Amino acid sequence: MNIGKQIKEGLLTQNPVLVQLLGMCSTLAITTTVSNGIGMGLSVTVILTLSNIFISLLRKIIPEQVRIAAYIVVIAGFVTMVDLLLQAFFPDIAESLGVFIPLIVVNCIILARAESFASKSKPLPAAIDGICQGLGYTMVLIVMSAIRELLGSGTLNGAQVFPTEYAASMLALPVGGFLTLGCLIAFMQWVQSKAKGGK
Amino acid sequence: MDWRILLDIALGAVLINNFILVQFLGICPFMGVSKKMDTSIGMGFAVIFVMGLASALCYPVSLLLDALELQYMRTVAFILVIAALVQLVEMFLKKAVPTLYEALGVYLPLITTNCAVLGVVLLNVQNDYNFIESVVYGVTGGIGFLLAIVLFSSIRERLEFSDPPKAFKGFPIALVTAGLMALCFMGFSGLKIPW
Repeated sequence: MNIGKQIKEGLLTQNPVLVQLLGMCSTLAITTTVSNGIGMGLSVTVILTLSNIFISLLRKIIPEQVRIAAYIVVIAGFVTMVDLLLQAFFPDIAESLGVFIPLIVVNCIILARAESFASKSKPLPAAIDGICQGLGYTMVLIVMSAIRELLGSGTLNGAQVFPTEYAASMLALPVGGFLTLGCLIAFMQWVQSKAKGGK
Repeated sequence: MDWRILLDIALGAVLINNFILVQFLGICPFMGVSKKMDTSIGMGFAVIFVMGLASALCYPVSLLLDALELQYMRTVAFILVIAALVQLVEMFLKKAVPTLYEALGVYLPLITTNCAVLGVVLLNVQNDYNFIESVVYGVTGGIGFLLAIVLFSSIRERLEFSDPPKAFKGFPIALVTAGLMALCFMGFSGLKIPW
């Protein structure tokens, strides 16, 4: 078991969004403000960690043929719990994330980690994998939402940085989501090609 | 039933609030299977079919949950209905219309995890649509998906032969292209049917 390697993979070399290209819908849709990004990222991290542990515990009980359906039910259960908790304690965030909280059920990151990692490993590495991949996802969400909020409306986490008149409001719209993510992935590919060239 | 409301819903789902380009639902299949025109057409029709059926089936389920005061089980119930539905459709098509089954191939099971399908049934509940409105919203949302993915795949076939900066090759340039398409679809936002 190699914790350092897992952390590095989750955050950089196997980053769920930038390298594995999973979980696009929520990444594009909710990254308009930093608080949304943090809320969504942490919710996914919690759900991913819990479902990874649970699926890894059940990995010998779940029959091969119905495993996908079983994973989805486990994930949907945890998503419902997080959804209700958010509505009770953070109604603002629950309100602005809206339909994207229940949609975490079909976020490909969680199903992909269940299928490719949790179903083959012991609970502890599965939990660490969930935390690392979740934090990698959260990191991308925070970077993206910071770029879009700062340049799109001139604020950062609600605080005014420069007057809204000078902001490129396009970045806060759907267009900005696609463009920002495209540039971030391009940057990642550039870094990877540099790293390969250096060796 | 006022057909104008239905027309409004249809127009909204296809153009103004296009599921992919404005609401960001169903991006994964949009990016994943849009490399070739014919596969994207197959995927588009499969999605129309499943979204329409799922809207129809989830309406009574949500009524039942309301009656039992089990609203918090909505997400779990809906995803199970969708998973079962996709499985049934797959089995039915295999027996009844093998040609269509062959054409859809691997895309059919993939639809279970398409967020546009779960999204449309959740939005139906959120918007308080009745049965007919739900089905219209589901089908036209699917048509919007088909429109976007076919347009996008035809651009992407040409992107293969273009020469972007090295770092942008492949996925990033496709995302930028999708961004420009979203910009075009913003032009529809003022659209209204004059009565």
